[in-house]
Amino acid sequence: MFAAARLPKRLPNVGRVPAVARTISTTPCRRSDALFVHRDTPYNNPKIPFQFSAENVKRADEIISHYPPQYKKAAVIPLLDLAQRQNKGWTSISVMNYVAKYLEMPPMRVYEVATFYTMFNREPIGENFVQVCTTTPCMLNGAYEILDTVCQHLGGIKPGETTKDGKFTVIEVECQGACSNAPMLVVGDDFYEDLTPSTTKKILDAFSKGEKPKPGPQSSRKTSENSAGLTALASEPYGPGVHCVEEFR
Amino acid sequence: MCAVTWDFCGLGRRGISATAPRQADITLTVDGKEVTVPQGSALIQACEAAGSPIPRFCYHDRLAIAGNCRMCLVEVERSPKPVASCAMPAMPGSKVWTNSPLVHEAREGVMEFLLSNHPLDCPICDQGGECDLQDQSMRYGADRTRFHEIVGKRAVEDKDLGPLVKTSMNRCIQCTRCIRFANEVAGVEELGSTGRGNDLQIGMYVEKTMNSELSGNVVDLCPVGALTSKPYAFHARPWELKHTESIDVMDALGSNIRVDSRGVQVMRVQPRTNDDVNEEWISDKTRYAYDGLRFQRLTTPLVKQGDRFVPAGWEDALIAVADGLKASGATGDEIQAVAGHFADTESLVALKDFVNRLGSDNLALDQVGGTAPPVANVDVRSNYLFNTTIPAVEDADVILLVGTNPRHEAAVLNSRIRKSWLHTGLEVGLVGERVDTAYGYEFLGTDAKALADFIAGKGEFAKKFQAAKKPLIIVGSAVGEHVDGAGVYNALAKFVEKNKKTLVTPEWNGFSVLQRVASRTAAYDIGFVPSKKASTTKPKFIYLLNADEVDPKSIPKDAFVVYQGHHGDLGAQLADVVLPGAAYTEKGTTWVNTEGRAQLGRAAVPPPGASREDWKIIRALSEVAGSPLPYDDVLTLRDRMWEISPSLVRYDITERTSTELALAGLKALAERTAGAKVTGATFQKPIANFYQTDPISRASVTMAQCTRSFVQGENYGFSEIGKGSEAAYA
Amino acid sequence: MLKAARVSRPIRAQSRRTFATVQDPPVRRYGGLKDQDRIFQNAYCRHDHGLKGAQSRGDWHRTKDIILKGDSWIIQQIKDSGLRGRGGAGFPSGLKWSFMNKPGWEKDPRPRYLVVNADEGEPGTCKDREIMRGDPHKLVEGCLIAGRAMNATAAYIYIRGEFYQEASHVQQAINEAYKAGLIGKDACGSGYGFDVYLHRGAGAYICGEETALIESLEGKQGKPRLKPPFPADVGLFGCPTTVANVETVAVAPTICRRGAPWFAGFGRKRNEGTKMFCISGHVNNPCVVEEEMSIPLKDLIEKHCGGVRGGWDNLLGIIPGGSSVPILPKNMCEEVLMDFDSLKDAQSGLGTGAVIVMDKSTDVVGAIARFSHFYKHESCGQCTPCREGTTWMMNMMDRLAEGRGHEREIDMLLELTKQVEGRTICALGDAAAWPIQGLMRHFRPEVEKRIASFRAEHGPVMFGGRLRNQTDPTLAIPDNLGGNLPV
Repeated sequence: MFAAARLPKRLPNVGRVPAVARTISTTPCRRSDALFVHRDTPYNNPKIPFQFSAENVKRADEIISHYPPQYKKAAVIPLLDLAQRQNKGWTSISVMNYVAKYLEMPPMRVYEVATFYTMFNREPIGENFVQVCTTTPCMLNGAYEILDTVCQHLGGIKPGETTKDGKFTVIEVECQGACSNAPMLVVGDDFYEDLTPSTTKKILDAFSKGEKPKPGPQSSRKTSENSAGLTALASEPYGPGVHCVEEFR
Repeated sequence: MCAVTWDFCGLGRRGISATAPRQADITLTVDGKEVTVPQGSALIQACEAAGSPIPRFCYHDRLAIAGNCRMCLVEVERSPKPVASCAMPAMPGSKVWTNSPLVHEAREGVMEFLLSNHPLDCPICDQGGECDLQDQSMRYGADRTRFHEIVGKRAVEDKDLGPLVKTSMNRCIQCTRCIRFANEVAGVEELGSTGRGNDLQIGMYVEKTMNSELSGNVVDLCPVGALTSKPYAFHARPWELKHTESIDVMDALGSNIRVDSRGVQVMRVQPRTNDDVNEEWISDKTRYAYDGLRFQRLTTPLVKQGDRFVPAGWEDALIAVADGLKASGATGDEIQAVAGHFADTESLVALKDFVNRLGSDNLALDQVGGTAPPVANVDVRSNYLFNTTIPAVEDADVILLVGTNPRHEAAVLNSRIRKSWLHTGLEVGLVGERVDTAYGYEFLGTDAKALADFIAGKGEFAKKFQAAKKPLIIVGSAVGEHVDGAGVYNALAKFVEKNKKTLVTPEWNGFSVLQRVASRTAAYDIGFVPSKKASTTKPKFIYLLNADEVDPKSIPKDAFVVYQGHHGDLGAQLADVVLPGAAYTEKGTTWVNTEGRAQLGRAAVPPPGASREDWKIIRALSEVAGSPLPYDDVLTLRDRMWEISPSLVRYDITERTSTELALAGLKALAERTAGAKVTGATFQKPIANFYQTDPISRASVTMAQCTRSFVQGENYGFSEIGKGSEAAYA
Repeated sequence: MLKAARVSRPIRAQSRRTFATVQDPPVRRYGGLKDQDRIFQNAYCRHDHGLKGAQSRGDWHRTKDIILKGDSWIIQQIKDSGLRGRGGAGFPSGLKWSFMNKPGWEKDPRPRYLVVNADEGEPGTCKDREIMRGDPHKLVEGCLIAGRAMNATAAYIYIRGEFYQEASHVQQAINEAYKAGLIGKDACGSGYGFDVYLHRGAGAYICGEETALIESLEGKQGKPRLKPPFPADVGLFGCPTTVANVETVAVAPTICRRGAPWFAGFGRKRNEGTKMFCISGHVNNPCVVEEEMSIPLKDLIEKHCGGVRGGWDNLLGIIPGGSSVPILPKNMCEEVLMDFDSLKDAQSGLGTGAVIVMDKSTDVVGAIARFSHFYKHESCGQCTPCREGTTWMMNMMDRLAEGRGHEREIDMLLELTKQVEGRTICALGDAAAWPIQGLMRHFRPEVEKRIASFRAEHGPVMFGGRLRNQTDPTLAIPDNLGGNLPV
């Protein structure tokens, strides 16, 4: 979607821009980059059945129990997530309809939610869902290089596309909240941080072999501490009651 | 205050009830002017009260507050930022400016943003001339755009909402009025907003039409040209139209309408605000059936010769009627008059007087069993009126519907029930055929036996009803036509009498009959009902006044039949002489709605061809027939109406039947129906197809399209599986 | 005014001296927090994050006694400690919590909720993540104590959906706490009933706004609500609710145990306490660290991050508080202290304490343009200025990053930011406007330079980004496109 460095390449190529400027009706139309209506397709239509597995029914009921009984629909986001996981990582129209029925709410309210939040994929995704963060903190540390690496390594696909073998889908995402460990990408639920192009390739290779590399920083550090040696929390933690005021010792 | 917490999440789910106690007034200063408003008013209302108009797009006083257009920004003392006046409660003592430089700058900024992605297609936009955006951009818009972005304006796909509402979503400014109307008022919970940010779209997400009998109102609500009227598309500009304030006759509510006409043609029908009747909504039939006024019209008198009609002059036609009357040999009760759905009060009075003068009491109604005296005793007004009155429906805490589907019989009334159901703890019970009412109800059964159970106090709902402070029973007009009608009336009359402490008090009358036909209340009011003796007489001369629902088999073969009306529908086919009358948009007449509220309709266009106002036809016929009626103009006729019942000419008000009289009426009703047997046959909903109930809507192309789309479920124009464009990756 | 005068003194004092100079004794230099004063002992996940480990680090130590002290005691402690909300706005927490206990609240039969905002999405911010990964019990215990302070019946922790591992740690902590009887019907044996639930979001930055979060928690689109009514009156499920940041809630137990004066002993007046800072961008060793409030920005970077890449002189500018605050140029970075007031005086803000460092190699216009993309993507679309403005600003920033624009468009862009700022329902509009304003305030020459060089290469650019030489000279070009303006 965006790369500052790519802009000069992109703008003059906008095919729809007419070469002539006139007062009327020369504005090209800018279409949305996402589709916010459903169209029936052979792989995504309301006739394809979906229902929770027995195990997920239990989970769903447990989730629903967290909310007041008259506000059952508060569980719509967790339930959509649960259903999406069961449905190979994407939320089909049947999934939404099922969740609506499960929570006794109008389907439109579920569609609204599913189109609003970015984590609901309304189109099928590959086995491994690679999300590369390119927001400024990551961008400063070379996120676009990582994105390019990912795309090229997966056979020259573009962000938003799935590889032909259906193993990988790559998208560009906004800040994932691991900025001190930039750049980073997410595969499925796991964060891979402190990336370089070579570690990125390694991770992708491992996934294409069906392995799961160890999540977290791919550098020497464990989490977000100073990689050149601890500048804080180097000493052992203090125990219960230590440093407390008299009455709480 | 609680608007934001109401959730419109489907049947059976409601937010926390918010019955605000009556609060005191507060005083604040708007533009240096002191103004006093009730506590809890929004700032925008206070500003209005102070005479400072506030531009707005999303705010609508009958919908929940969204506060998202940001056009109504005002400056409030001690607030660093401009405040959205629609979302801010008026605070006592606060100082508000609506005309300061900050306010102008803020509104101009908002206007620029609204216009940045709005197409400049006003010349081809149907909203042009009555567009809020257009109007307000004259005040707050710049004279030229600063939006020249090379990437262009937003393009949004149009949605197909059915044959009534045309969409042009590029023009949408996302005010969400339509969503709020659909969810709060109409009960169409399929409309919503998908996506987010600049890509936020209004729609249904799936390809679906907007199935609601109130859908046309979103056209009025839309402040821009995103939702416009499909039948009216490209037909007229608002400044070409003549506005005539009139009354709707498609149901018995008497919705206040404005008929917009150009020349001799009705171009569209718009609602008028009347808080006591229709607020500012009208049903789709009211709004869109007008094109039926152009088709199948009777424009010249017709006389049957052999098996075909031959056009005739008025004189010949009237003489033919007089001759027919003579030749039929009908005397006394053998002369029958039948009052149909669209018979106005003036012509009913004239016809009754005329028939009475001929010595007959055989005044039938155009309904099932209409030739027999009505089941309910119509001597007392409260036995057939909607006594509770329409606005008071919102005060009821429990409603029992008997043999009625208000959604189709009185769509606008139904929206009131839904409003109350959403915002208060209203409970609804239904005896009758199961229907989708747009609100949750407890289903008690389909027949008179279920009602008997309720009356016996069986079941949860009966207990709730007993405990209610303002209970309400709505009896459908179809009950009177039902085989068990007498039994039901008998049981209900006794029940109401037993529970008169809550049901019939000086403040509250909870026994209401919902009529579904515009002329019926007036017919009862003037006593347009057959006597017992007359009902057993076989008619030899039948005068059908707008009667198009008659059973052809009920008309004796040898009888001479006259049809007076405006459409060549069923009634005209049966006639020997056809007299062309005027439709409701073509005559200034009185209509009495189901509450007993007399309202004056006005002529917007002249009657087509040789057709004439109905009462004048009867007056002329009486002359030819040799017993002339004593009124020559409409004022004298209305004096006659005043003689019959003063309420017929006390316009725009309802008159409450006193408690004593109402109880006496019920007693009489109970006595009259005593001993009626109950068969237990199920109540049928009287309206199977909301869109086609009368000659006008049957002649309407739009209504036929609605029937096809909404009733028969043919979603023409939609893509089929696999044939539509492939979905893009989101 | 008084405050500003007091603040500016140490800054001026520092600017005259080099860093190493011995300072006058009365001028306190903040920073240098000792490990024993760090609240989040397991921020780096070097120890067990489970109940046992947490208890060995002093969590859940005599929590019952704190609860039994009652609501007003806890609130007083928080007030005395000077804790200000750590989510960005910096509202005094004790005061905020006390809004829940209005006179007569006991008579209100509605349930009452504490909602913990763990929807950490502000670019640059990754502090709550470390708290939830390493010290989830501090959060759960904090929920109980903050919940007790506002007499809440339950807490919902709204965690962003992307934090899967963090969510599982918090869920584990909740489960352990229930099992150990620390929360639930009889929390810690105090007789106080309190539930804690975890709710995972699904990817929407706007849900970090408190009312949008409530909407989202109710299962709707995360669109901010209008205020009033404020959540303390009508919040989650129509009940009184307070939304608080993870860090704010998680420090509460330690403040209660170690005493308000201890906490208030850190940082300058009105900016007391310790704070998690997350440093990202062009520093040698980016990290998340808990430090004293009012630590000089330069100290923070030098001490904990190994300095700016290529040395301090290679610094271009720093965004001191996450994506929504204006950038500071190098000369200002030398002086400012990392606290609410000092950064506010510098026309920026502390925000979430997310420091984004940019060195001279940075395409600063591109970096800010990327923020514009972020805000365009995350705008909920509810209200007009934000929905239309973020996109427009993004388009203009994209062009300016390249230089494809007219110089007059810089002022127009600033005008647009002013049309968005303060006109929207929530603060996202402001947040989208400020980075651009900051950029133009401090780096306008850079933008102008780019425009000039683009023009040199491609010839005049008209408003909106179209090149003059791409227009058909045989047609009249409207004059308002700026094609005929002199250079």
